[in-house]
This record gives sequence, C-alpha cells and structure tokens, in this order.
Amino acid sequence: MSIAIQHSPQANPAPAGGKASDKAYLQVKNLSVHYGETQALFDVSFDTEKHCVLALIGPSGCGKSTLIKAINRILELTPGTRIGGDVLIQNESIFGQKVDLITLRQRVGMVFQRPNPFPKSIYDNVAYGLRIHGVKDRPTLDEVVEWALKQAALWDEVKDRLRTSALDLSGGQQQRLCIARALAVQPDVLLMDEPCSALDPIASGKIEELIMRLKQDYTILVVTHNMQQAARISDYTALMWLGKLIEHNRTEDVFTNPKEKITEDYITGRSG
Amino acid sequence: MTEHTGPAIQSARQRVTQKTKAPVWALLFESIVRGVTGAVILVLFFLMGTILFRGGGQITPEFLLQAPRDGMTAGGIFPAIMGTFFVVLFMIIMALPLGVFGAVYMVEYSKGGLMSRIIRAAVNNLAGVPSIVFGLFGLGFFVLFVGRNLDYHIYGVPRTAEEVRQIQAELAPLRAEAQDEAMALADEQDIVDPAEREAFIEQYVEEQMPAVSRTVFGQGAMFWAAATLAILVLPFVIVATEEALRAVPPSTREAAYGLGATRWQVIATVVLPQAKPGILTGAILAVARGAGELAPILFVGVTFFTPGLPLTEPINLGLFSIPVVNPFEEFMHLNYHIYTMATQHHDPIGTRGIQFGTTLVLVALTFVMNLMAIMLRRRYSRKG
Ligand SMILES: Nc1ncnc2c1ncn2[C@@H]1O[C@H](COP(=O)(O)OP(=O)(O)OP(=O)(O)O)[C@@H](O)[C@H]1O
Ligand SMILES: [Mg+2]
Repeated sequence: MSIAIQHSPQANPAPAGGKASDKAYLQVKNLSVHYGETQALFDVSFDTEKHCVLALIGPSGCGKSTLIKAINRILELTPGTRIGGDVLIQNESIFGQKVDLITLRQRVGMVFQRPNPFPKSIYDNVAYGLRIHGVKDRPTLDEVVEWALKQAALWDEVKDRLRTSALDLSGGQQQRLCIARALAVQPDVLLMDEPCSALDPIASGKIEELIMRLKQDYTILVVTHNMQQAARISDYTALMWLGKLIEHNRTEDVFTNPKEKITEDYITGRSG
Repeated sequence: MTEHTGPAIQSARQRVTQKTKAPVWALLFESIVRGVTGAVILVLFFLMGTILFRGGGQITPEFLLQAPRDGMTAGGIFPAIMGTFFVVLFMIIMALPLGVFGAVYMVEYSKGGLMSRIIRAAVNNLAGVPSIVFGLFGLGFFVLFVGRNLDYHIYGVPRTAEEVRQIQAELAPLRAEAQDEAMALADEQDIVDPAEREAFIEQYVEEQMPAVSRTVFGQGAMFWAAATLAILVLPFVIVATEEALRAVPPSTREAAYGLGATRWQVIATVVLPQAKPGILTGAILAVARGAGELAPILFVGVTFFTPGLPLTEPINLGLFSIPVVNPFEEFMHLNYHIYTMATQHHDPIGTRGIQFGTTLVLVALTFVMNLMAIMLRRRYSRKG
C-alpha cells in the first residue's frame, strides 16, 4: 500500500474572524505516515484550539511521537518516511511551497521523548537556538538563558555550573534542560513528548505548573502515559490506538464520559 | 511463575548453570592462539630491542641537529628530520580539508547519491593501489604534467623538443641582434684575440637573452611529494571522518534541526564539533602512515643530500625574521636516508650506526604520533 505525498496546497478560505481561526489554530487533516512499508499513522484528523493544552495518550507504539514529529517536520529527517495528508497552522499548510522550514521549526518547538542535549555546556545548550538565529548580544543571551532555565525549574540546580557539560546532568535534569532549550527560541506551538518521563514527582509538578502557565501564550501538545497528569493539565485529550485517532474531546468528557469502549478501557487501566 | 518454565527453558537454565568442560579442539585452538601471539610479541621485542640498542647510542644533539658531512659518514640527519616533518605537514594540510569535505558531502549531502557512490568507489580503489604506483602517478601527473605546464605558462619554459625549436626560432632575431651588438662592443673595446672575442660575445649574448630554461615547478619538490602522499592517505581521512560523522546520533541532529538550524548550521555547530576527535584520530593515523612511506615520494623530489633545509628568503618582520621553507625544492627524508645509506652509500657497513640512529628516530616519530591518536580516541570515548 502506498500513499503518495499529497500536500494539498488547497486554497485556504480566509478566517471568518479571529475566533474561528483560534478554534482551529492547528489542524491535522487526514495525516498518514509510513516508515518504509509499515504504516504508523492512519488518516488522523483533529483540530486544536489556540492557547490550549492537548494531551495525547495511548499505548506504546501507537504513533504519538510520530504524530508530533510530523507537526514540525522533523519526521522527514528519518530516511524512508512518507507523509500523506496535511497539517495547517493558522490555516496555512506547513507543507506548502512557500513555507520556510527554519521559521516553522522556530515557531513549533519540540521537546523530544529522549533527552538529547548537545555535548556542550549547559549555557550553550540553552543559548543554541538564539545563537543560530543570530543573537550574539551577551546580556540578551544571559537573560534568556536564565529565564528559560527558571521556567523549566532547573535554574537553582545549575546556576553555579552553567559552564559545565550538559552531559554531566542527570537524566531528569537533561529533560528539563531540553525544555529550557526549546523555550528559549520563543515558539508559538510547543510539542512535548513525555516531558516528565524521567522526573520525580516534585520536578513533574513543576513542569505541570509550567505547562499550565505557558498555555497563556503557547499552544501545547503533550504526550503522556500518566492519566492523572493528562486529566490535570490538559484542556483536550486525544486517544490514539494502533496509529488511529480513537477519540478526541474535552478532557473532562474523555475522562468522565468516554464515547468509545477502547478509551474507557484504556483510561481505567483495563488495557494497554 | 511456574507456567513460564516449560521443559525447554528448564534445560536451557541447566546448561547455563552447569560448568561445562572444554572439548579437546577448544584447548588445541587456545594453545595455538597463545603460541602465535607469543611469537608475534617476540618478533616485535627483538625488532625494537635491536633498533633501540644499536640506534640509541647514536642519538646525540649533533646527530639530531646537524647536516651530514664528510661524504655522509659523519654529522647528523637534521635535514632529513625536517624534510620528513615538513613533507608530512604539507601532506596533512592538503589531505585533511579535502578528506573532511568529501566525507561531509557523502554523509550529510549526497546520502547514497551518485556522487557519493563515485567517491566511495574511488576511496575503495585508492586504498588498494600499491604505493609505488602513487610514486609514478606523482611523477607523471604532478611533476611532469602540472609542474611542467605551470613552468610553460608562467615562465615560458618549453615542454617538448618541438617547443624548444619553436622558441629558438622565435628568439633567432633577438639573438642575431645581440650578436651584432656584442661584435660592435668587442670592436669598441679592441678585443682582437679570437678566443677571447668569442667568449666575450657568447657571454654578452647569454646575458641579453631571456632565460628560458628555468624550471621552478617542473621538477621533483617537497610540494609534489606532499601532494602525492596526500592522495595516498586521503582514503584514511575520508573513512575516519565518515565514521566519526555517522557516530553522531540522529537525536542530536534532530535537536538542532528542531530549534530551526539550517543544514549547514547543524554540520558546523553540532556534527563537526562532535566528530572532531574522531577526525583528528584519523588525521594522526594518516600522518603516521604518510611518514612511513617511501615509495610514493621516491621519484617526486626526495634527494640524497641537501646541506640544510630548502629555505626561501626569510620574511623580515623588523625585530626578527622568519625563515620560510620553500616547498618547491628537493628535500631529504628519513626513509630515503635509511635506504640510501644501506644500499647506495660507498660504505654501507661503516655507516650502520647512522642507519640505526635514523631508524630509531623514524620509529620514535611514528610511535609518538600513534600515541597521540590513542590518547585522543580515549578522551573521545570517555566523553561519548
Ligand atoms: N524510525 C522508525 N522506523 C520504522 N518504524 C518506526 C520508526 N519510528 C517509529 N516506528 C514505528 O511506528 C510506530 C509508532 O511509533 P511511535 O514512536 O510514534 O510510538 P509512540 O506512540 O510514541 O510510542 P511510545 O509511547 O512508546 O513512545 C511503532 O510501531 C514504531 O515501531
Ligand atoms: Mg513516543
């Protein structure tokens, strides 16, 4: 089975008004992804509201990481991937001819599932995004680095060792460093792939606070295996299952009144 | 738990926990391996021991810092040490950027594309070419083709007999004119003796004629030797760089791309810095290899004797001046020195000491470079 890439450069109807476009700030349309011959995503479609948190839940291997990697087009770096369907941000296709990948990835920040700090100092890790976008001014860099590390609840632990290698940090610290690094470039959309997987409850709590705070200004997609966390922090929840989107609704509805049997079983721990 | 331990698993567990007796063939194999290893180590010790023992006494400041003298029977090997050093230095200056660019192109740009397959084929085939063939190539391509053509186009040095005739024909009027002038001058100065007069005229004409026989590039030279060696070690640099680049995990690249880096930024700020120790290791191994080769430079500028380093006019910086190596001169080399002293010298027995001393210096040089490579790699693996 093969699906040709169909980045439909459809004529985008002008948003009827600010509100309408906010409702469908980020739209995923019939997204299908193949890794070589195996299909990982099947025709996934949903809309996300601006300045909301969408929790992506589902069993391991169901395609959550694949989905969010498609949204900042990092997925294309993996050889042999084929992407069908479309993703629109503010009614504009991210696959469009005129889209600048650099700007897209700066606007759509990502925190990866496995912490991937650069083998550079803590400071240089956080400052990296700004530096590649041409910011050289020292005071600005200092200020942003401190701000980002504080946001990611890491500042107090590292403020005296900013010049030491990021690889010497613990796994959980590295995870927060990667969050800080993503925040430093001031994205509009933040994709977070299990940002708390290696964190203790206190650090997790801080990241949850961070997410709730950030949604004032950012649109956030967060993958999580922790149902309580999803219930606490998200406005919407989407359940994925074997590469398909099973249910997508307001979080209260998904958790109190799931429409699908699979959802009910999954969130009550009867499967997955 | 018991439902998981079927009969197959139980028997496997028994086998694993049981102490097994080694069969006879395994013991035999083990002793052969030990014997061969021992023999190899013994040979190495014998070799190193001989070189150290017989060459060690030779190493004096004079030996290291002076040129050979008294018909190469005394003095030192300073020009050979320096010649080896500089030819290898020029070699790596040429091979490293070229190899790194090639590898970066193959890994980062043309993944599995036509161009990268061509480079790969070239690398594989280059690695299998006997080194004397590189020497012939260096002579044929660099000296005779590139060098002669440079001389022709810059200085008008003729390349073929045809061109010699042509130039002579072109210069004939000039020569005749100069001859006339010379004769007039000779008359003026009352030079009447026929032999004296002829000599005077000849000298005058030679002075007036433009020099056409000056070869600058079209002869064996350190630069061409370095270029030949660079081609020889290029595959090492490319393969080492490639491995180092591939060892950079995709997740690190993704992190950089995810922050909006361009491909070039990812390469320059993340991939190359992380690959640097691996690239350096490759470079040092290439240097060690290049320093140990003789055949490739045999026809390309290495020489039996130069009194010192081939130097250009020193660059004057007011307070002090820097001597500059002229890469377009012939040079001495440790490997060639050993070879000529042992086979071409009129007294190969009497100069044994020099031969062993030179060998020791060469081995020590190579050893130091390999040690550097090992230390770099260790630092690298500790970090990664
Ligand atoms: N690079 C790849 N090449 C081939 N198949 C892949 C690749 N990455 C993911 N897959 C497959 O795609 C499917 C979805 O993977 P994905 O990583 O998106 O799952 P996930 O929902 O993020 O799982 P987890 O919760 O364990 O992180 C899996 O079946 C996986 O084996
Ligand atoms: Mg995942």
